Parts: sequence; C-alpha cells; structure tokens
Amino acid sequence: MSDTEDLVSLPESEAPTRTDLLVVDHVTLRFGGVVALDDVSFEVRRGEILGLIGPNGAGKTTCFNAMTGVYRPTSGEVRFDGDRVSGRKPHQINRLGIARTFQNIRLFPEMTALENVMVGTDSQHFTSVPGALFRLYRKRPKPEELPVVDSHNGLVRAWQQTRLVFAKVFGISRHTLEERAGEQKALALLRFVGIADRANELARNLPYGYQRRLEIARALATEPKLLCLDEPAAGFNPAEKEQLLKLIRDIRDKGYTVLLIEHDMRLVMGVTDRIVVLEFGKKIAEGTPAEVRDNPKVIAAYLGVPADAS
Amino acid sequence: MTETLRQINERRRHVTGGIGERWRALPKWQRAIGILAFVGFLYYLPLLGIPGLTWFRTDSIPQGNNWAGVLFLCAIYVLVAFGLNIVIGLAGLLDLGYVGFFAVGAYSVALFGSTQSPVVEGLQNRFGLSQDWAVAWAICLPLAILLTMISGVLLGWPTLRLRGDYLAIVTLGFGEIIRIIARNSDWTGGPQGIAAIPGPQGAPSPDNEIFGLIDAKPWYWLVLSVVILMVFAVRRLENSRVGRAWLAIREDEDAAAVMGVSGFKFKLWAFAMGAALGGLSGFLFASRGGFIEPTQFSAQLSILFVAMVVAGGAGNMAGVALGAFLLAYLPERFRDFSQYRTLVFGAALVLVMLFAPQGLIPSRRRARELKDRAKEAPANV
Repeated sequence: MSDTEDLVSLPESEAPTRTDLLVVDHVTLRFGGVVALDDVSFEVRRGEILGLIGPNGAGKTTCFNAMTGVYRPTSGEVRFDGDRVSGRKPHQINRLGIARTFQNIRLFPEMTALENVMVGTDSQHFTSVPGALFRLYRKRPKPEELPVVDSHNGLVRAWQQTRLVFAKVFGISRHTLEERAGEQKALALLRFVGIADRANELARNLPYGYQRRLEIARALATEPKLLCLDEPAAGFNPAEKEQLLKLIRDIRDKGYTVLLIEHDMRLVMGVTDRIVVLEFGKKIAEGTPAEVRDNPKVIAAYLGVPADAS
Repeated sequence: MTETLRQINERRRHVTGGIGERWRALPKWQRAIGILAFVGFLYYLPLLGIPGLTWFRTDSIPQGNNWAGVLFLCAIYVLVAFGLNIVIGLAGLLDLGYVGFFAVGAYSVALFGSTQSPVVEGLQNRFGLSQDWAVAWAICLPLAILLTMISGVLLGWPTLRLRGDYLAIVTLGFGEIIRIIARNSDWTGGPQGIAAIPGPQGAPSPDNEIFGLIDAKPWYWLVLSVVILMVFAVRRLENSRVGRAWLAIREDEDAAAVMGVSGFKFKLWAFAMGAALGGLSGFLFASRGGFIEPTQFSAQLSILFVAMVVAGGAGNMAGVALGAFLLAYLPERFRDFSQYRTLVFGAALVLVMLFAPQGLIPSRRRARELKDRAKEAPANV
C-alpha cells in the first residue's frame, strides 16, 4: 500500500518552503464599464491552504479565472513561480503547475473514472501518435515490469512465458511503460480520494459526491504545484463536508499548495491557514481565520452594516 | 403505429443488448475463436455458396452487380468509415468534406502511377525518361498516405480554431475545392479523368493474372486485409494517450485544456490520421478501378460517409463498420426498388436516428481489464 501511496505525493524537490508560489500583483479587471476586480493583491505561499472568500458576486471566480489564464487582467499581473501567467494558453498554464476544479462539475461524462484521471496524466507522456502506433522505442524493463508467469493452465502459461521471453529480448516499448505508469498513478489517486471502488464506471453514472472527488483526483494527476478548488463543497451535507475537509488537509500534507474558494464559512475557518476576503472586487481583509473572523469589515460584508452605524 | 414501433425497438434493445453482454462475459480464448471464425467467414464471403445464404449475394437478382465487386466497395467504405470515425466519433469534429481526402488519395496514385497522367508525362519530358515510366505502385502507397496527411494538416491548421457547425461548413467547402480543382486543372486530367492507374502488378493489362480488371475477389481480399490491419492500428491509438485526449476533447474541450491537453495538437493529429485512412481507401479504390474522374468525388459521397458513421454508431469501430457495410450493400441487393432507393435510404436513416440515436452499435467504453481490479474494491469501503 505504501509504495503506491507515494505516487500521490509530489516529488521531493517540491518540498514545501515558505516562499510565494503565486503572486497576484495589483490586478484590475474591467468588463466594459464594470470593474470586476479593483487593484487586488495577495500571494499564495508554498505549502499553505489559502481561502478566498466573499459574498456572492464579490469577484471570487473572476479572480480565479484571472489567475488560471481564462481572463487577461486589464492592468497588473499574475506571476506563478516567477513566470507570468497571463498570455499563456490554458494547457500551458497547467504545465506551469496550476490545476483547478470547476464550480459546476466538468468531467468527461462518457469516459470512465479511471480514464478521466488518466487524461490528467497527459503531460507526463512523451509518446504520441507514432509511439502508440509503432512502439519502436523500447526500453530494457526493470524486473518488476516484466510480465508475470503465474497460470496453472499449460496453454496460458506457455503464452505468458512467450511474452516474458519477448519482453526480455526486445524490451518493452516506452509507450506501454508510460500507459502502465499512468494507470497505476490514476488508481493510486482514485484510492487517495476514496473512489477506487468505482474506477471503471462512466463518470456520468457516478454519484454527485464521487464526481466532485473525481475532479480533484483528475486535477491532482497533472502534478500541480498549486491546486485551485472552486467551491468543492457546494451541495454537500455536513458529513460529506467533514470528509472533504479531511481530504483537503491530506492533500496539503502530500506537499501540494491549495487555494480554496468557498462560500461556507465554517468549512473555510476549519481548514485554511490564511484567508483573503473580497467584496465588490476589492480585497477588504487578509489574515489568519481568527483575525478575519474578528475583522469588522468582514462581519459587515457578511451580515450587513446596521442602519444606525452608517 | 409509433407505439408498436416503440415496442419493437424495446424488444430489439433487449435482445441486442443481451448479445453484447453475453459476448463480453465469454472467456478471452472463446472470444478469440469467435473472432477468428468471423474473419475466416469474411475471407470466404466472395465465394459464398451455402444454400440459403446465396440469397444474400447481389448477383442473385436480375441485373445484380458482381458480388465480389460489391464486397470490395463495402470494404473500401469500411476503411473510410474507420478514418472518419477518428475525426467524428473520437475527436468529435464534424467533417463534411471527407471525400476530399478520399479524392487526394485516389489522385495521388493516378497522377504519379499512371503513364497517361499529365504529371508523369511532364516528368518524362523533363528528365528524358521512357514513355512507359511511372512511379511504382508500392511507392505510390506511402506517397498517397503522406500527401493526404499533409492535406489534412493544411486543412486543419487554419480551420481547427472553429467549432461545431462552422467547422462542418468549412470542411464541406474543402471537399468541393478538391473536386473543382481536379475538374478544372490541366495537370489533373480535367473532366476526362485519368486512366491506366496501376495496381500491385502494374498498369492494367491482360497479363495481370491476380489483380486484374475482371476478377474482383483478390482486390476484396487485399482491402479486407488492410481493414484488419487498420483495426489493430486504430485500436492502438484509441487505447493510448492520444485516444484519451481525443475523447476528452470531444467531451469538453475547455476542461481538457485546463488538464494540460493541447487541444489544437490532438485535433490536428485526428485530422491527419483520419485523412491518412481516407487517402488509403481512395488509393485502393483508384487502383482497383484503373480509372478516375472528378464526378466520382461529389459532396453527396461525403454525406454518405457521415451517414455511415452516425448510423453505425460514432466512436465504435464495429458500429461504423456495420454502418458502412449496410449503406454500401443494401442499395445493391435491393436494386428492384431502385426507383425508391433514396426514399427508402432516407427513411431508414430517420428510423435509425429515432430509435438508436447513438447508432446501431453504440459506443461503450470498455472497462479497463485490470488484473488487480478485484483487490481494489474492498480497499476503500
């Protein structure tokens, strides 16, 4: 079990150090006359869980889209690990190390759960159409990669032995090895988020909670340095929220940095290291959960200002 | 009326669904024997003489077409359907100009392999070659595939930024452009077309004992072998990173891009691979006929190709093969109704769309046969 668990962790070189991973630098975003984001600045530090909260329409998802390259900021810029994010294509941004889930689930419905996650491993494959068709680039397999000979049926055993000899003489194609590695990794991830029992089911047939978890597994498969979760608890009951809290903490413990957008204050308070609060496109507060909870501006934003106070 | 049809359809779904389930439940070796027997039957098909089954031969009716010739055409269409299935069924790109690639493949062997083509004549004059020099058939084959792949990339590069209906319109135009160029250029032989297209044994002549003009059986066996080879090739693509990327793009292109899948690159690959298969079938089609002309590559043929894929079951190779076979075979067998052929054809397609909107054999993502699957289940409950 432990050796497959390691597939989920980030490689050692990505060990958390307390530096800024993602910097949102004075970002302003206008749509015509509407100012969706007004001079917002904050940073996500390596290895932390940062919460991004705010009332409806505060600009959380807009901010998220500016960070993941969907929108280009009118002024200011977003830097990830020293690279500019804006101006790159979505798949290039993913390869920088940013992965995300969607507020309204966007899986590949006609593919199995396992295949959904394997799509996430795409950037770790080097073989393409020629590699898959001709399989000419072959590698000498490690002992554990050789085909097993375990059947008691004479015919089957002979076939397995033939395959073993073939693999020893000609090696195994890089394509095959990559496919297997991707499959193992996807399985480990499904096990990690707790839905491995339905790995072979079509994504559209999975229950809602499984679909949410599958999205997280698919995002993790891209080996991101930063995982952005867009309202992962939407539509969950308290028990499911509790499980999700645990999962998010587990993800952080595996070495990932998490950015969490959430409505539910209790969930955010319970899991985040720091919180950034947005209202009407402006940052109104930033700090630890306790600090944010006691901030009068935040209380006003969420509960409304009493009439006599203003 | 509709109620009865619905009941019939329910029963059909019950029966055919059951066949699929039972087939998948069989042990691997039994399935292998079943497939081998089926392939053997396919090779035997042009000789079909089993009493009772001879009814299916197209020459069992008055003025029926040569049976092996019809089978040859069916096999060509199956090959086309495999190629178009990559583009429509897997990558989800509606291509209405697929006949363009078919034509490019056919014209590559005609222009380079026939001694009567203007291109070969030009080369003869330029380099002082003899009058019967032409590029050999075996060299025309990779050349045809290469040229169609290039034309696929050339069509895809500027147009793949478009989506859905817009892409369909542009590709429709592409198919027409190819046909019009072929018709109006001097170097393509113009409306007269090109004759003396070679086969595996060289240019058509009475000396060609195997791949001649009269006996279509060897041609059918040749194309059938190519089809079987391509089944393996396309399956390799389907079950790889590439196939997954194609499906992901079909399902949700934006989500795929956010997961690191380069949509443009894989859509271009889909076009190139689809084009290569279309070109290969066009190449074989032209070799067998020995003669091609632009009217053979009308837009109507493109629509027929799309109908084969959609009616058979986009995304499923067995489905599109069945669709291609039926759409090529049925009009030949039921020539008696030739007056009503298009009417029946249209009605049949509407019925298929009504009762099996996913095609005759819908695509079913096979569960990955993981050896440790049984061990997975209890791990997380």
